[in-house]
Amino acid sequence: MPAAELPTMPRALALAIRPLPLLPLSVALGAVARRMTRSHPSMLKRLGDHGGKRFLIDPTDLPFVLLMVPARASVTALRRGERTAHDARLAGPLSAFLAMLHGAEDGDALFFSRDLTIEGDTSAVLALRNAIDDAELDLSAELAGAGGRFGTLIRRALERTERATGLALHRMDDHGEF
Amino acid sequence: MMELVCPAGTPAALRAAVEAGAHAVYCGFADETNARNFPGLNFSREELAEGISHAHARGAKVLVAINTFPRAGAEAIWHRGIADAARAGADAVILADLGLLAHAAEAHPDLRLHLSVQAAAANPDAINLYASAFGVRRVVLPRVLTVDEIAAINREIDVETEVFAFGGLCVMAEGRCSLSSYVTGQSPNMNGVCSPASHVVYSEEGGDLVSRLGGFTIHRTPKAAPAPYPTLCKGCFTSDEQTGHIFEDPVSLDASHLIPQLARAGVSALKIEGRQRSRAYVAQVVRAFRAAVEAEAAGQPMPASALARLTEGQAATAGAYAKTWR
Repeated sequence: MPAAELPTMPRALALAIRPLPLLPLSVALGAVARRMTRSHPSMLKRLGDHGGKRFLIDPTDLPFVLLMVPARASVTALRRGERTAHDARLAGPLSAFLAMLHGAEDGDALFFSRDLTIEGDTSAVLALRNAIDDAELDLSAELAGAGGRFGTLIRRALERTERATGLALHRMDDHGEF
Repeated sequence: MMELVCPAGTPAALRAAVEAGAHAVYCGFADETNARNFPGLNFSREELAEGISHAHARGAKVLVAINTFPRAGAEAIWHRGIADAARAGADAVILADLGLLAHAAEAHPDLRLHLSVQAAAANPDAINLYASAFGVRRVVLPRVLTVDEIAAINREIDVETEVFAFGGLCVMAEGRCSLSSYVTGQSPNMNGVCSPASHVVYSEEGGDLVSRLGGFTIHRTPKAAPAPYPTLCKGCFTSDEQTGHIFEDPVSLDASHLIPQLARAGVSALKIEGRQRSRAYVAQVVRAFRAAVEAEAAGQPMPASALARLTEGQAATAGAYAKTWR
């Protein structure tokens, strides 16, 4: 039984974005991670020693994976299949990660339903899950904030993307809507 | 109306519980004094004080679980926990250990004491002893009793009873189970962890999800089947060419349909398990149970439960409340 009707990236779209260079994505995600770390210092505190661990985030419907080290606020996009050392791996559709990030889905429920797979350092995974859940992150707010005077435009674009794709792109348990 | 006692493993979950309609929230410190001592979970002293202010401002209570059993020579850690909870304005502390109850009754006479499920007080004599000796005001009953047995207990005691209504289900007498210790050296009673994450390894093998605890394979879950928690009591083992769950299938408690019977049995409060769960779980379950206790108070039928997908095994049981043995 799936935890919910989790949308997946259309295969054609995943294939289309496969040739794109990953460096700009790493730079952009790194900037967002630094911003989130600054605005939510309790997240790293809650992670404790696990903050320095290497987490491989594997959105199974995307052609790349993300290597994240929270204490360094670093996120590196890597080609799927590229070997990289990591302490823990979390795999599932992109929508599952976004739903957990935004308080729309429960991590254990996604694990029960097999939508989410974890391997490696289980303690580190639990600490990461709990730290992120407590931080009440809002990706749309962070991206809009990072966009300066383009913030309103970014927020509107994300609203449209959320409606079109079903991905949870903003904090769902705040006011429910944008 | 029956009181709804809801879990919070983080300040965000506490706020979610209060917003969703919790009458009371229970939580613990980020150390071995509480039975959900998991990585990244629980409250600092400062977070507890802020959480209590937040809850009180919205009419909700905060109960602090200090419900493991102190180690000899280290009692000060537990004593400090009680003192800090009292100072932060906790509405009650939830204790299991006799010595700790005696200490709390003596050092903090104005602090309301609840008896944790970890004390496994399952008969009127035991409960009355806790009430008369330490002034315990509420007992969380272990999950081994039928509704009729709960009614029988309530007829012979003067303190409030609280029962589990939803969430993960221990099949053992709580506070007595050391199964996790045999494989990991740690138990909920002494360390606050059953199947500690540090001893759990998951791997995908040929489509199966393989769960190992302390190096022992305890589940091999086929592709697409619901994954269970890595606890020995719900492990799936093979012996003499038979494979099965020895103690209990991986299912979770959902007693929502029994709320009217539990109210008639004299139960004062319903407890939702899940301090290790996310704020999404807390919000959904609390909202559903708040609607259910309101319906019960108004004499209306219980709303249909739609929470199965949040539960271990993705299946629900009434547990011992209506136990049938196979």
